[in-house]
Amino acid sequence: MHSDAFDRYHHHDSALHRLDPRIKVVVVIAFILSNALLPDGAWTAFGLAWLFLFLANALSDLGLGYTFKRSFIALPFALVAVTVLFSIPGKPLSQFHFMMWEFTVTDAGLLRFVSIVIRSWLSVQAAILLVAVTRFPDLIHAFEHLRVPAILTTIIAFLYRYLFVLMDEVMRLLRARQSRSAAATGQRSGGGVLWRARVSGHMAGQLFLRSYERSDRIYNAMLARGYVGQLLTLNPHELHGRDWAYAAVAFLFILAMQFVGRF
Amino acid sequence: MLYSPVPMHIPDNFLSIAVSLICWVITIITLGIAISRTNKSLGERQVPLMGVMAAFIFAAQMINFPVLGGTSGHLLGGVLAAITLGPWAGMLVMTAVIAVQGLLFQDGGLVVMGANILNMGILTCAVGYGLYRSVLGSNRALKLTVIGVAAWLSVMAGALSTALQIWLSGNAEVQIVVPAMLFVHAFIGLGEALITVAAVLFIMRTRPDLIGERSESAQGGKGWILTGVLITLTVVLLSPFASANPDGLNRVATDLGFIQTAKSASGPLAGYTVPFLASVSASKIVAGAIGVIVVLAIVFITGRSLQSKRGLDAPAKTNRTTQPNPKS
Repeated sequence: MHSDAFDRYHHHDSALHRLDPRIKVVVVIAFILSNALLPDGAWTAFGLAWLFLFLANALSDLGLGYTFKRSFIALPFALVAVTVLFSIPGKPLSQFHFMMWEFTVTDAGLLRFVSIVIRSWLSVQAAILLVAVTRFPDLIHAFEHLRVPAILTTIIAFLYRYLFVLMDEVMRLLRARQSRSAAATGQRSGGGVLWRARVSGHMAGQLFLRSYERSDRIYNAMLARGYVGQLLTLNPHELHGRDWAYAAVAFLFILAMQFVGRF
Repeated sequence: MLYSPVPMHIPDNFLSIAVSLICWVITIITLGIAISRTNKSLGERQVPLMGVMAAFIFAAQMINFPVLGGTSGHLLGGVLAAITLGPWAGMLVMTAVIAVQGLLFQDGGLVVMGANILNMGILTCAVGYGLYRSVLGSNRALKLTVIGVAAWLSVMAGALSTALQIWLSGNAEVQIVVPAMLFVHAFIGLGEALITVAAVLFIMRTRPDLIGERSESAQGGKGWILTGVLITLTVVLLSPFASANPDGLNRVATDLGFIQTAKSASGPLAGYTVPFLASVSASKIVAGAIGVIVVLAIVFITGRSLQSKRGLDAPAKTNRTTQPNPKS
């Protein structure tokens, strides 16, 4: 497997790509928080938030609809919030029967549901854009600057580095299982559910042992190359005037969004 | 591709800021203790090990097996990580996994990541290790049984806490979200239990030194047993309460200032059980949860007494209950 199979970074040289990763992380988190703080049904503010994303997309050179295309991942979770449609007291909008229950959609419930979905949709797009314009090691480095403990960032860096290697391992295991699970046409392959679960468990155990032994080799190789307990980077990550300017504009925009949403 | 999201990763904005912040505080405190403990007990060589183990958990989540009608069972890994690496290191490893899932794949939000780490990393490791620690030193069959129950419970504990967080944020009704989450995860937890037990058994047979009584992972204190039992009791006691007496919980939440809108018990959803799965009532799930605990208690007590008498039939007796059925 190629190392970019999981990578969400899009190589490019745009204003957003060049921006300091710390600024990007802080702005994205501020944007998500701002969405959470907007009251239900603040349509103008939601519109401004879309505009914010639109401008960011334009600055990123990835195409204006880039984040929109990939933003549907969080929508299945909206099912959880569906119940607010019926549960918040308000003016009844429509009624329908489903099996033995009668559901009444209220205006307040509808307003809340739509607001939750819009907020989460906006936030997920900001996160998608963040990883598309920032290299993952830079992202981790930014979190280190933002005082996330070094042991956590190092574990995450290792996870990112070896995920591809272990995915290859998983692929081999899955391929081996498949090639041993032949079945005549019309017949089911493999045993019962318990048997299948046991096979999967053995595969997980096998993967554990291979990973464990690999980590030993990795550590020895790292020692041989002069590992002193922390990962170093060649990217200096200095904040320039341009970074501060972008941050100031972004925060003014977010403040304006809050102002419009609340007054 | 093979990556299958679990319906426990909360996306951004499904929790209120207050709930997110509380979860972050709990998570940060716990992780702070975890970091200081791992720094003390493990050398620098453990950092690459934990990193690769985090990649292992991530990769192992893609090993799946078909169950019924296109659904598949697969691993979440919290209990496996806690048993093989110890509770604190397991929490750090799970945190890294959840952080990468949220950052890289947008599977789980950024501001709510504290809650996701709490539900899927901290709770799973704590209940898994706590129950495992309580049977350390007993025979293999009892250990595996308890590991299976712990794996199932870890998923249920995560699901319950996810449901409660969403409800506290005012984004779902407690009498729906709690039984629905528990019902779905009762099956996911079954897959988790089966794979975890098989994986641990495999490791016990091939590299007993990694998971034995003297391994580093077995060094957690006795306090873990209490933690594990407490989480177990919370899951068992709170689930029926949340389903049977949502008004009580609603009143508590309103008093604490989480929910502003007054909710009436005679609303359009009074007497509602589980959405999408209309024929299954919440009480069955609760009964199942209690059933599993009873099984756990019986297995635990018989195992202990047989062990003290050095009875030879202990494995045969406990083997039969290796996989408790939540619908029993």
